[in-house]
Amino acid sequence: MKTRNIAKKIIVYVFLISAFVVSVFPFYWMIVGMTNKSVDVIKGKMTFGNQLINNLTTLFTTFDMKGVLFNSLKISVLTVIGTLIISSMAAYGFQIFSSPAREKIYNAILLSMMVPFAALMIPLFRLIVKFGLLNKHIGLILTSIASVFIIFFFRQSIKSFPHEIIQAARVDGAGEFRIFFTIFMPSMRSTYAAAAIYSFMNSWNAYLWPLIVLQTDEKKTVTLLISSMSSAYTPQYGVIMTAIVIATLPIIIVFFTFQRYFVQGMLGSVKQ
Amino acid sequence: MTGATSSRSFVKSNNLYGWLFISIAVILLAVFLLYPIVYSLYLSTTSSKGIVQNFVGLKNYIRLVKDPMFLLALKNTFTLFIIQVPIMLLLALILASLLNDKTIKFRGIFRTGIFLPAVTSLVAYTILFKMMFALDGFINTALMNLHIIKEPIPWLLDPVWAKITIMIALTWRWTGYNMVFYLSALQNIPDEIYEASEIDGASKVQQFFHITIPILKPLIVFTSIMSTIGTLQLFDEPMNLAQAGVTSATTGPGNSLLTLSVYIYNLCFKYMPDFGYAATVSYVIVFIVAILTVIQFKVAGDKS
Repeated sequence: MKTRNIAKKIIVYVFLISAFVVSVFPFYWMIVGMTNKSVDVIKGKMTFGNQLINNLTTLFTTFDMKGVLFNSLKISVLTVIGTLIISSMAAYGFQIFSSPAREKIYNAILLSMMVPFAALMIPLFRLIVKFGLLNKHIGLILTSIASVFIIFFFRQSIKSFPHEIIQAARVDGAGEFRIFFTIFMPSMRSTYAAAAIYSFMNSWNAYLWPLIVLQTDEKKTVTLLISSMSSAYTPQYGVIMTAIVIATLPIIIVFFTFQRYFVQGMLGSVKQ
Repeated sequence: MTGATSSRSFVKSNNLYGWLFISIAVILLAVFLLYPIVYSLYLSTTSSKGIVQNFVGLKNYIRLVKDPMFLLALKNTFTLFIIQVPIMLLLALILASLLNDKTIKFRGIFRTGIFLPAVTSLVAYTILFKMMFALDGFINTALMNLHIIKEPIPWLLDPVWAKITIMIALTWRWTGYNMVFYLSALQNIPDEIYEASEIDGASKVQQFFHITIPILKPLIVFTSIMSTIGTLQLFDEPMNLAQAGVTSATTGPGNSLLTLSVYIYNLCFKYMPDFGYAATVSYVIVFIVAILTVIQFKVAGDKS
């Protein structure tokens, strides 16, 4: 009995350790690759080299890494700010001032979450062209700040927000928008944090829509640059690795700083 | 009297505030979401060559059946979906239930490590995999050094292997993500349930099938719907695994990685633009998502 248990434990650990190694190895390989020459990267050299400075120099001189990083950051930050304000306001409106008419609108919006992006892409592209937003960052931002998922996500958390606080503030004579901005927003910090991570990751990693909207090199994002670097005739693998690490690092840092909020928040929105 | 009036005016102003709060989001969604959905449906009944647009009724839908490229894309998408999604979700379930065992050491490290792939961008991890699975790349070199294979495997050069590669990549990226969902739900199951069943003589495997899976059922349905939608929309991965990315002549060897979303992109931006027919293909995805979602709910026996 005892030996059988130990054997079982060993199998479990072997399984977990293999899953762990498979999951983490590409990250190690990517960091090692950043310090190696193109030839060594493709051959799968697993030790650190001395090409880091070279790769970084190439990345920032041959390619406009500085420019695309700035573009990505600008688009993502503005998208996050816009999404948080507009989508949380909408969720607040739907939940706190619920009415049959608005409930119908909410259900229609939720249903549209099932429609894949590919089905919107063509009319959306034509709209962007018509509004003169083609090749403009604002075109990307404007089309993503009213996020159905974030509205849904906020509404789920507002359900547990104590209504009495709002009533009390009304009795004190506070206006509805003041209640929202000065009482509701600060007390929902963790929900906002989770929504911010989600929306930042989405915007930073977006590929298809930016690929369609942003057409000239000086407007492109990091994701688009990495994609075009790897499809070059002779890809410079060490440089690509460096770009991937630089593009991935901010997300990893942001994520692990706030992961507590993220998982709880996402799960909370699923359960109800 | 005054009480009644003030409460009525309160309801009225309440209603006004309700509209004000939702207005910006609703306007944006109406323009950038609802209008495109409806317009796309209309487009799918038209044929556009250049700027001329003609109403053709259901002709586009009939054209689908005779379009070998569409049928190939449909087949590819379904192959990926039917094989990859169940494997990934089962793996995620097993990992989650193993990590829910409090006697396992370093649970936090395992969980974080296995989740880590989920924070990478789809493009970044795909390119990483493209490099690792190159003919003279890391995977082949490692497998040959370990004497597991004699000849390098043509991962991205053979239609079947290309599909296997993309499935491996997808599983790497999403297993940890799904695992975290399951794990958080498992942590809410009281330990007593497992303890009681242990006293009754249930084995770990029995517990997995008779306690864990039934309790997680709603979440399993949710994750399989999300994965279904995700797989049917697959774009970043096949596009970036293809030899020359967006400019490739084919998506993967013999178009083995051509998915429905890639085909729609090609119809709009690569070939001579045919927005009408592209919209038809996109509505096929909508219908499939709707049907599969209904089936998944039915299988789960969820009344709501």
